[in-house]
Amino acid sequence: MKILPATQYVMFVAALLWGLGWGQPGNAASQKLVLTGASTIAPLAGELARRFELLHPGTRIDVQTGGSARGINDVRNGIADIGMVSRALKPEEKDLHAYTIALDGVGIILHASNRVTALSRQQVIGIYTGKIVNWKVAGGQDAPITVVNKAEGRSTLELFLDYLKLKNSDIKPHVIIGDNLQGVKTVAGNPNAIGYVSIGTAEYEAAHGTPIKLLPLDGITASAASVRNGAFPLSRPLNLVTRAAPKGLARDFIEFARSEQVHDLVEAQYFVPVGVR
Amino acid sequence: MIWSKHNISSPSASADTVSPDTVMRYVLRGAAGIAAMLVLLILWFLVFESWPALRHISLERFLTDPSWHPGEGMYNLAPMVSGTLYAAGGALLLATPLGIASALFIAYYASPRGAGVYRRLVELLAGIPSVVFGFWGLTTLVPLINQLHPPGASLLAGILILTLMILPTIALTAHAALQAVPGEYLRAAAALGLSRWGMIRGVVLPAVKTGIVAGIMLAAGRAIGETMAVLMVAGNVVQHAGSLFDPVRALAANIALEMAYAMNDHRAALFVSGLMLMLLVMALSGVAGWLGRNRRA
Repeated sequence: MKILPATQYVMFVAALLWGLGWGQPGNAASQKLVLTGASTIAPLAGELARRFELLHPGTRIDVQTGGSARGINDVRNGIADIGMVSRALKPEEKDLHAYTIALDGVGIILHASNRVTALSRQQVIGIYTGKIVNWKVAGGQDAPITVVNKAEGRSTLELFLDYLKLKNSDIKPHVIIGDNLQGVKTVAGNPNAIGYVSIGTAEYEAAHGTPIKLLPLDGITASAASVRNGAFPLSRPLNLVTRAAPKGLARDFIEFARSEQVHDLVEAQYFVPVGVR
Repeated sequence: MIWSKHNISSPSASADTVSPDTVMRYVLRGAAGIAAMLVLLILWFLVFESWPALRHISLERFLTDPSWHPGEGMYNLAPMVSGTLYAAGGALLLATPLGIASALFIAYYASPRGAGVYRRLVELLAGIPSVVFGFWGLTTLVPLINQLHPPGASLLAGILILTLMILPTIALTAHAALQAVPGEYLRAAAALGLSRWGMIRGVVLPAVKTGIVAGIMLAAGRAIGETMAVLMVAGNVVQHAGSLFDPVRALAANIALEMAYAMNDHRAALFVSGLMLMLLVMALSGVAGWLGRNRRA
């Protein structure tokens, strides 16, 4: 084995750095848009971005996840052009401009083999606060319940807690998960688990053979259809958020994301397009 | 060695007044200085980022608050420190004997062909990305443990995954140490009529002790810092584990789970967990250094 002499090595590194520096100005000519925020919206935003880039050559759209809170934060600090926020804006966030691109619900999921077919709101509260610890009490088989909760800061968690009127410290979880997919995998691998994830993700996974099922809430089926007609209690708007009224590329992208021509992309992610209800 | 000779004798255009040795000395000094600076820079950065929390949250609150609920202003890190130590400690307990045994197997018991194949396999194990281990754990190991004792995602799952991940580190460093044992030791042992095991126990192991301990320390560092795989299988509930089947959250997993979503004090508190993790690793390498000195004295 022959090792490069130091001078050749230095020249190589210098050439590499020089090449990188040279490459930069070429990219600057194209327009760039940065989106950050909710992991629920990110896959949809990625699809939207791909189609938008095809229709507008020379633009580049960068989609990064990190939760609704980060979306709000990054837009406020000017790090991102558009924030993705998977809930309605809070009163203290009303200074921002929000544009709903789709609707989604949060559904409670069980393993497909679980005999339980419905839970009342009181039973869900009982399970999540550790007062009901066995499926027998809720009409299932004699097995301990595994409570799956989301990590602090996720908007799915905030929505869920808000619906049950609970604080996060009231909840007695057995497993804490990060994103929706980890939640689906955790419930699919444990016949006695209960969790809650985006209905879009759950319907998609259930349709592709993952052994999970969505429970109705307050007697209303958890599905894209019940979210669309506004009947499902645990639903939320998926918003694109900007600091000031959007203009230029940001405006074009938001208009594109709300237009008829992307409804197929929204539905492919099992979300409900706006304006269809 | 050939390349350094080449460097000295070649009439390099840029270095005909200054000797290449002098140039190399400064280049190497610079590189070493940068490496050392990086550690200090990371430490400074961690303190800087956690300062907003440290300023108005007293240090003992990170150990005595009732729970970890940053949304409600409670910042107890102690359960995560214990979770990290339990998981890493358990994994070391399992992986150390296994790793040393496989190293001995490769070096002294396997046929040359078998040893080569086995060594390749261990190297392959070392190269598997941690997220793959995590995914396998989540879809296979966790449901298995769940049948034994729900909820499945538990300290035990974390320990088993970590064992798989650090086993190759221990095995490969131990094997490297074994290969460095001087041949005359082995020939002398054979001449004394020692059995193979007698030779290993009486001659080889005492000679390679330092090397093996260094490997274990390296593995411990990896186990403490491992994030993705542990996050996926350990359940991440913030509590002191009462049994192997209780879910725990490791410090590194805490950062990965919440960092992207955290702001203000919550964010700063996560940097405090990073600082805590760094201190743990520093304490570990301190202990390792101290042990090494005492052994030799």
